[in-house]
Amino acid sequence: MQTYYSDLLVIGAGLAGERVAVEAAQEGFDVICLSIVPARRSHSSAAQGGMQAALGNCAKGEGDNVDVHFGDTVRGSDWGCDQEVARLFADAAPIEMRRLAHWGVPWNRVVPGKSFYFKGGEKFEKEEKEEKRGLITARSFGGTAKWRTCYTSDGTGHAVMCTMDNRCAELGINVFDRKEAISLIHDGDTCTGAVVRCLRTGELEVYLSKATSICTGGFGRIYKATTNAVICDGGGHILAHDTGVVPIGNPEAIQFHPTGIVPTDILVTEGCRGDGGTLLDVNEERFMNIYEPEKAELASRDVVARWMTHHMREGKGVKSAYGEHLWLDIRHLGDKHISTKLREVDEICHHFLNVDPRKQLIPVRPTQHYTMAGVRTNKDGAVYGLKGLFSAGEAACWDMHGFNRLGGNSLAETVVAGGIIGTKIVEFLKGYETDFKTSLVAEAVRKEQDRIEKLRSGANGKENVYKVREEMQDALMEGCFVFRNDAGLNKCIETLQGTLDKARKVSLVSDGLGANHELAAALKIEGQVKLGLCIAKAALERTESRGSHNREDYTARDDQKWLNRTLAYWRDGADMPELQYEEATPGYEIPPGDRGYGGGSIIEADKAEIEAKMFKK
Amino acid sequence: MSRQLEFDIFRYNPQDKGSVPHMQTFVLDETENMTLFIALNRLREEQDPGLIFDFCCRAGICGACAMVVNGKPRLACQTKTVDLPEQITLLPLPVYQLIGDLSVDTGSWFREMYQTTESWVHTNKTFDPGAIEERMENEVAEQIYELERCIECGCCVAACGTARLRDDFLGAASLNRVARFVVDPRDQRTDRDYFEIIGNDEGIFGCMGLLGCEDVCPKSLPLQNQLGFLRRKMGITAIKEIFRK
Repeated sequence: MQTYYSDLLVIGAGLAGERVAVEAAQEGFDVICLSIVPARRSHSSAAQGGMQAALGNCAKGEGDNVDVHFGDTVRGSDWGCDQEVARLFADAAPIEMRRLAHWGVPWNRVVPGKSFYFKGGEKFEKEEKEEKRGLITARSFGGTAKWRTCYTSDGTGHAVMCTMDNRCAELGINVFDRKEAISLIHDGDTCTGAVVRCLRTGELEVYLSKATSICTGGFGRIYKATTNAVICDGGGHILAHDTGVVPIGNPEAIQFHPTGIVPTDILVTEGCRGDGGTLLDVNEERFMNIYEPEKAELASRDVVARWMTHHMREGKGVKSAYGEHLWLDIRHLGDKHISTKLREVDEICHHFLNVDPRKQLIPVRPTQHYTMAGVRTNKDGAVYGLKGLFSAGEAACWDMHGFNRLGGNSLAETVVAGGIIGTKIVEFLKGYETDFKTSLVAEAVRKEQDRIEKLRSGANGKENVYKVREEMQDALMEGCFVFRNDAGLNKCIETLQGTLDKARKVSLVSDGLGANHELAAALKIEGQVKLGLCIAKAALERTESRGSHNREDYTARDDQKWLNRTLAYWRDGADMPELQYEEATPGYEIPPGDRGYGGGSIIEADKAEIEAKMFKK
Repeated sequence: MSRQLEFDIFRYNPQDKGSVPHMQTFVLDETENMTLFIALNRLREEQDPGLIFDFCCRAGICGACAMVVNGKPRLACQTKTVDLPEQITLLPLPVYQLIGDLSVDTGSWFREMYQTTESWVHTNKTFDPGAIEERMENEVAEQIYELERCIECGCCVAACGTARLRDDFLGAASLNRVARFVVDPRDQRTDRDYFEIIGNDEGIFGCMGLLGCEDVCPKSLPLQNQLGFLRRKMGITAIKEIFRK
């Protein structure tokens, strides 16, 4: 058995993981990063939009500062976030963007002079100042008061990922690709590494470490329709959750995007609707203007996704080999606009659909997009329940996003949180000693060998992993998607309990040798169904609508009862999660108020209670 | 619509002692808007769970799924079956080590390349968290970004005559990488420093100019222009070196 040793083991080498690794390596600690794919293929690289940071360099960003960014983030979260964390994030973001520039990110820069921009299909003029020439510029994103999103053309995630991976290479960090952690090594109190399956050879390996950090991104792939890469399957969450002592924070907080293309759920930008595109049904008739007479297609993400789902439920969806969908129509925007302002959309239509959006309709449907849910950590990134275990990025519920995250805040979180949590890991590592018990390691490895052997031999049963997965995905799409209600969630839970039983009886059809995918899928299917049950159960209990969590039977945001965060534990041998709750934030800089979009009423919290919890400045 | 597609797929699992390299035929009904991503996943889930291939972003952004499709290296995710004949032959990329079936080890190849080309900004300046960022002209930033768009899919190397002949040839992706740092004003390396890395037959002088790299690049990177740019630069550096001696 190959055994590796390091001060810090980072599971996942996307932007959050590598940023954490860089911080520790710069301080002289020995770091190993594990990644299922070569680091640069991480889902971080798919983020095109940009990273929010209040630099205030561009004309439309004038007057921006970290307080405005903080306020946007808290409002965006629908007061579900930890305000201490949102503050740490907003304050550090500008420094982090500059640091990235120093390391080599080719941020777009301010170009002085007049230029045009589009908003809602209308053309406006702006003028950039000479004194700001060459500083990092920003673009506009939804939900923000100022233009604050730093970007590199249409490939921000990719460019930052290249720079971060270069920095890892420069520092000599071992980034091992095609390695998948399948369980944590721990004694119930302290985490000391992971058992890992090599995806080149299929061999098991052991990685021992003083500190371990889970940075494996979101788990959108437990839904059938998701914009996530195929590697975003909850592997990291399952590692932590399986220990029985680590909770998933706010599992019900899942964000959906209105316009994923059918069949592959690749995202087409909201810019389509922003510039005047419309949504059509099976009769090629508009419907958003019926439900939202004022804003129509320009209503917020969650609102549009809700009405689209509603309209399909009314029987107005278009049937296809891949399920029902609706149409996005941008034909009337014309060739010039589509070839320039919506070039990406044009390319996606061409490459993946064989559709010319100048002449044809684009098949779209609401799609899972982001998990605010994650491995619950404190503000230092330390995971609840296990010493030596940390988490950062989308994998974590650090919790600056609460119940809805703003565009551009997720990509920024990867590096900003990575930097902050990396620093905290360094503090933790300094002077820290731990014991590696050989019996504990042997037991952890034996357990995994046993699990694999049983899957290969069919000792547990004869269920097919792909069928079980499909059942889970369908159940979540049906009962735990954009709309949630008592009956749907109860049915979803009932189905998933049956699915969990099947997941425990999976066996392989293939031999499972080498880089076998069926084995990888089988090893995590039970954990995935458990995550699904956490979402459904937490969503059932939360009898309110907050951010992306929408209850048809409880449409108000209830600050009296639900100004809190769900913690979902899965105890050893249990068949359902155990839910606990904690306060959403230790205190308030901004007292709960209206989000400013998305509608809905609010059942207000006790004013005196909130007042007592205001941070004193 | 509704064609029956015949997939001839290369099969070999080096981790299975009984495995012998061979071609295997699968049949699948075509559906609307089908890509090779959809087709291969269906084959694995419905017909042969042992089939090994790579996908990650499935959106043409990450470069994981490059393979040889009917003779040409390309990204499987953005290959629509409607653009292919009923007979589809899939082979793993050449040059790279085979992991199994259609999956090859591009990760190790590219990581070695980062080390060879020292793929990071070389500077003696230290970062000051209290200072505003150093200014850069937007044009320069865009020029750097254009070269950084490479997704490391490996198609260019797989389509390269020289790379097929000699293992040590750096290939278009590596030379493009060097060009990215040459145009970056933050990188303080000189032409002589770059000459040490690429001024030889393994580097800039090994290219036979067959243009295969640029033909197959899914991101349409100007690989041959960069090669020409570097070759001129390195040629001049070589002449200067002669006069220094």
